[in-house]
Amino acid sequence: MSVASQDTAIRTGRITRTLIYVVLILFALFYMLPLYVMVVNSVKPLSEITGGGMMNLPREFTLDPWFKAWSSAQIGVEPTGLAPYFWNSIKMVVPAVAISTVLGALNGYVLTKWRFKYDTILFGLMLFACFIPFQIVLIPMARMLGLMGLAGTTWGLALVHVVYGIGFTTLYFRNYYAVFPTELIRAAQIDGAGFFQIFWRILLPSSGPIAVVSIIWQFTNIWNDFLFGASFAGADSQPMTVALNNLVQASHGVKEYNVHFAGAILAAMPTLLVYIVAGRYFVRGLMAGSVKG
Amino acid sequence: MAHTANSDFKTRLQNWIPKLVLSPSVAMMLVFVYGFILFSVYLSFTDSRLLPSYGWVGLENYSKLWRLSHWEISLKNMGIFAALYIAICTSIGLGLAIFLDQKIRGEGLLRPIYLYPMALSFIVTGTAWKWFLDPGIGLENVMHTWGWESFEFRWIKDRNFAIYTVVLAAVWQTSGFVMAMFLAGLRGIDNEILKAAQMDGASNWNLYRRIIIPQLRPAFLSAFVILSHLAIKTFDLVIALTGGGPGRATELPATFMYSYTFTRNQMGIGAASATIMLMTIAAIMIPYLYSELREKR
Repeated sequence: MSVASQDTAIRTGRITRTLIYVVLILFALFYMLPLYVMVVNSVKPLSEITGGGMMNLPREFTLDPWFKAWSSAQIGVEPTGLAPYFWNSIKMVVPAVAISTVLGALNGYVLTKWRFKYDTILFGLMLFACFIPFQIVLIPMARMLGLMGLAGTTWGLALVHVVYGIGFTTLYFRNYYAVFPTELIRAAQIDGAGFFQIFWRILLPSSGPIAVVSIIWQFTNIWNDFLFGASFAGADSQPMTVALNNLVQASHGVKEYNVHFAGAILAAMPTLLVYIVAGRYFVRGLMAGSVKG
Repeated sequence: MAHTANSDFKTRLQNWIPKLVLSPSVAMMLVFVYGFILFSVYLSFTDSRLLPSYGWVGLENYSKLWRLSHWEISLKNMGIFAALYIAICTSIGLGLAIFLDQKIRGEGLLRPIYLYPMALSFIVTGTAWKWFLDPGIGLENVMHTWGWESFEFRWIKDRNFAIYTVVLAAVWQTSGFVMAMFLAGLRGIDNEILKAAQMDGASNWNLYRRIIIPQLRPAFLSAFVILSHLAIKTFDLVIALTGGGPGRATELPATFMYSYTFTRNQMGIGAASATIMLMTIAAIMIPYLYSELREKR
C-alpha cells in the first residue's frame, strides 16, 4: 500500500501557480489589515490619526494610549481604564471554563461508556441547546439570577456560561471517548474497578488533547461573549467586551482613537495569545463544533 | 445473607452512579434551556412590558410585531446580510481552500493568518472596522492625504449601504474558518481517483467540477448550517460597528429583540421576536443534528 499523500494530485502550470500565490497573498493582506490598523494606531499620538495618517507607521512612537486604555480612560462614569474589567473577565472565565469542562468530561464518559435507553435523545437535546439564539433565554435568565441572588455578579455570569457551555464540552468529550476501546473498560469492571476509578485511571490519563480543545473553546467563547455580559452584568462585574464597547461608543469628549485601538488589542490579547500558542487545538475545536467528530 | 445484600446494594449503586453524574447537567439543561424557552414563548402571548406579567393576550404581540416597520427593516436586513454573508464566505472559503491545496509553499504561515480573526471578539472586530471605514479618519481620509482627492467611501454612514459594511466585517471574521472546513474536506479526498481521471485526460477544471466539488457536499452542508446560525445570532458585531444605525439601517432581529425588551419595555413583543428567531434556527438545526446523530449508529 502506498501512503496516501496529504496534498492533491492536481498539477498546475507556472502562470496559474503565480496567480494562485498572488491571490493568496492579497487575502493574507486583507486578513492582516485590521490588526495592522489597530497595532500601528495604538502607538501614535491622536493628531497623527486625525491628520490622515491611519495607514502610516507612527512618526512619533508613544505607549501613552496603552497606559491610558489600561488605567485611566473613562469607562461609563468612572475614569478607571479597562484594568478592573479585565480582571472581571478573568474571574468569570476561570471558574466557568473549569466547571463546564469537568462536567463535559463526565457527561461524555457516561454517554459513551454507560449507555442507557434514550441517551442519544438526551444528548441531542443538549446539543441543540448550543445553537439556540440566546435571546430566547434572556428574559427568564434575568429573573432567575435575581431569584438566586446572583443578579449583576461575576458568579452569576459564570453560572450562565457554564449552563450554555456544557453542550459543547459534552460534544467534544463524547466524540473523543466514543472511539476509546470499550473492552478496556469492561476488563477493568471485571477486575472490580468502579465508575470513578475507571474514569480516573483509564480515561482521564488519555484525555489531554480533548481537554485542551475544550478549555480553549470555552475560554475563547466566554472571553469574547458580549450578549450575556451586556444583559446580566452589574456596574462592577462587567466583562472586558462590554467595557471596550462603552469606551468606544462614549459620546462625550474627544474621540481618542488611539486609546480605542489600544483597548481593542487589550481585549483581544488573551484569546489571540491562546490562538498563537495552541492554534492547532483551537482549529480542532472549531471543526468539532460543526458536529462531525 | 448480609454479604449478598451488601453487594447487591453496591451493584445497584454502580448502576445508578452514571445517571447521578449526568443528572446535574440534565437538570440545568431542562430548566435553563427548555424551561426558559417555554417561559419566553409563554411571555410572547402575554401583556408583559417592563416586567413579565401574565395577562393573556393571544396573538396580539405577533400581529403588532408584523405591523412594525422596525421589525420589517430588521428582517429585510437579515435577508440581505444572511444571503451575502453565506454566499461570500462560502466562495472565499472554497476558493482559498482549493488554492491552498496546490502544494503551496508557506501554507503553514498563511493558514493561521486566514484563521486568526475567528479568535477575536466581535466587539474588537467591530471597533477596528468602524474606525477604518469611518470617512473622517479612515480609508477615505487616508486616500485624500495620499492625493486621491475625489475618493469617496462612506458606506458606513449611508443608510442604503451600511448593511454591506456589516457583511464585510462578518466575512472578514469567519471566511477563514470556512476555508479550514473545506480544506479538511479536500484533504480527505482519495488521490487515486484523481490520478485515474487525469490518465483519462480530464482537465483540472473538470476534475474540480465533476469529482472534487461534488465530494465536498458534507463540508458545504456544515458550512451552510454554521454560517446561517451565526448570521441569525449576529448581535455584537452590529452593536460595535454601527449600533444599528445610521437610523435603523443595520438593525437585525437580535438587536431588535434586545432594544424592545430592555430599552423600550415592550417585553411581550421582544419575546415574540425571540420566538421567531428560535423557530428559524430550529428549522435549520434540528434536521441537521438529527441526521448527524443518526449517521453515528
